[in-house]
Amino acid sequence: MSAVLVVIEHDRGHVPEATLEALTSARSIAGGLGLPVHAAAMGEGAEMVASQVGEYGAEVIHHLTSPNLGDYNPEAWGQALVGCVSSESPAVVMASGTDRGNELMAQLAARAGLPFVANCVDVAPDVSSMTRSQWGGALHEEATLDAEIKLISMAPHTVEASPGPAAGRVDEIAVDVDDSLVRSVIRDRVVLSEGITLSTAPVVVSGGRAVGSEEAFAPLEALAEELGGKVGCSRAVTNNGWRPHADQVGQTGTRIAPTIYIATGISGATQHWVGAMGSKNILAINTDPEANMVTKAGWAVIADLHEMVPAITEEVKRRKG
Amino acid sequence: MRILALVKRVPAPGARINITEDEQHVDDKNLGHAISPHEECGVEAAVQLIEQYGGDATVMSMGADVSEEQLRAAVSVGISKMVLVPTNGSPKDPQATASALVAAIRELEEQDGVFDLIIFGNESADQGGFQVGIRVAHELGRAMVNGIKGLEIPDGQDGSGDGHIVARREVDAGFEVYELPLPACVGVKEGINLPRYPTMKGRLASKKAELVSLAVEADADAHANGRQAQTRLKSPPETATETVILGDGVDAAPAVVDLLEELGVL
Ligand SMILES: Cc1cc2nc3c(=O)[nH]c(=O)nc-3n(C[C@H](O)[C@H](O)[C@H](O)COP(=O)(O)OP(=O)(O)OC[C@H]3O[C@@H](n4cnc5c(N)ncnc54)[C@H](O)[C@@H]3O)c2cc1C
Ligand SMILES: Nc1ncnc2c1ncn2[C@@H]1O[C@H](COP(=O)(O)O)[C@@H](O)[C@H]1O
Repeated sequence: MSAVLVVIEHDRGHVPEATLEALTSARSIAGGLGLPVHAAAMGEGAEMVASQVGEYGAEVIHHLTSPNLGDYNPEAWGQALVGCVSSESPAVVMASGTDRGNELMAQLAARAGLPFVANCVDVAPDVSSMTRSQWGGALHEEATLDAEIKLISMAPHTVEASPGPAAGRVDEIAVDVDDSLVRSVIRDRVVLSEGITLSTAPVVVSGGRAVGSEEAFAPLEALAEELGGKVGCSRAVTNNGWRPHADQVGQTGTRIAPTIYIATGISGATQHWVGAMGSKNILAINTDPEANMVTKAGWAVIADLHEMVPAITEEVKRRKG
Repeated sequence: MRILALVKRVPAPGARINITEDEQHVDDKNLGHAISPHEECGVEAAVQLIEQYGGDATVMSMGADVSEEQLRAAVSVGISKMVLVPTNGSPKDPQATASALVAAIRELEEQDGVFDLIIFGNESADQGGFQVGIRVAHELGRAMVNGIKGLEIPDGQDGSGDGHIVARREVDAGFEVYELPLPACVGVKEGINLPRYPTMKGRLASKKAELVSLAVEADADAHANGRQAQTRLKSPPETATETVILGDGVDAAPAVVDLLEELGVL
């Protein structure tokens, strides 16, 4: 039976929000095609995902089994998907455009010899054309997709995950996974427990090239600490070795979504902006009133960051008493 | 160790990405160009592994002739060979790109032996298909993991023959660790290292290095089961913002803190 098949990128049974978004998008695509939503889950913990996946609209959850499926393994999971696709002949296979989602879709695409359109933001009802994001979302591409089975991923946060319960019947499918593919499995995990991170911090105080040196980030650290936030930066900063790459906001860094992003001495190049645009409020501090960061921000102060940042910290401390 | 790093030339736009009149390309007339950032780190990773374990590293790009600039940049930081797979400049879809790269890799391997490691970027900065490396690796029958932010050769091995490479992938709370048998492929992310700047000596060497041009036949079967095609590029819809200027200079500090209080972050 034909369906819209959603790849469940769980981690040992934990289903990420992104997959729930993919299921939510799948419901509207399937509705347009008059097809049901199915899901495919495999590997360690797959038996735990059924109720949640059913809650978000899957009529059937194909539980793919093989002695060679265990912890996450992009090659083995990708080959298992080939088995599922050939037995179920779905019209569309989709995932969320996350690291795992895109990787699994590309593995499936390579193995099935099918095209795969990553990071769609809008899909035509018959899935023969779509808009997808390029440059981390700074540019959109209109594309056509001509294939018997259409493989797509949805850019993260294209929709908000919302429940839409369906039967969620579990159906086991034994799939062939070559012994040779066990090579790409996760062997070990290193857990760094850090507390709040750049992507979860409610406040991010960021510095750009204008900060000038590693040491000159100290006042930004002080302000971030007063506000219970984290320090971020632009690529000009990481390129200079002033901050670790983990602090970089942008297309090739982290995408953040704080309550407020305070961007100091950052011009707001498109590749930086795509990492910052998810922030609920943006305050730009820049000497140039024409800087892109200033004109795009909701709030701005035209000032030298070296004077302004300590002045804000002082005022915060004064009010805290 | 024999390593191949795959790179793409991309424009470096600033505040806005402009599109050409035919809506097919980024208008790069007045822009500088760079190696896609993840791939620039791939080049650095290749150089570091060669410095540690010996061997040689090659950089390859498929693109217009001007990509020579990025290939020479890779040579200037320590890559020894550079290969250009020329195209006529029209955007290629990921299936076509992958099949051309596979043909080129097979030819290079026939001449000089198998690459122990092929390093891709996690995704290209411009098209961002998230798949060329995975398609190439599958075609070559090699292990492949994307999103890699750490590469190590296990103790006692030298990164060649039937050894392994340990690849670390960053996730929310830490790292996933993979151990791939060589020859293998990886897609790396910016942050795996800090790319070095070229030395004067490196610059001179890159000027003298020979550019190998390797034209490959398009694989007629690349699109046997379908294809994707770009229709046009467009700017994403912008939400117009009215910027509220809270003030000029340090006198604005109280207004900033008022805002912080209002947003409840204080
Ligand atoms: C493919 C690709 C991917 C990229 N990915 C990223 C990414 O993930 N993240 C990222 O950040 N960049 C990224 N970049 C780089 C990006 O294009 C810009 O080069 C970079 O963001 C510029 O950093 P900046 O704003 O700190 O520096 P600049 O552009 O040099 O801006 C400095 C700003 O500081 C202001 N200023 C100067 N003096 C002061 C002062 N005393 N007080 C206050 N303001 C002052 C200036 O007016 C200016 O606006 C990428 C580039 C490419 C090509
Ligand atoms: N034209 C090309 N020339 C060389 N390498 C490429 C090319 N296109 C893609 N790649 C490699 O494949 C990776 C993934 O590309 P993509 O699938 O476009 O995201 C890139 O980071 C590069 O390492």
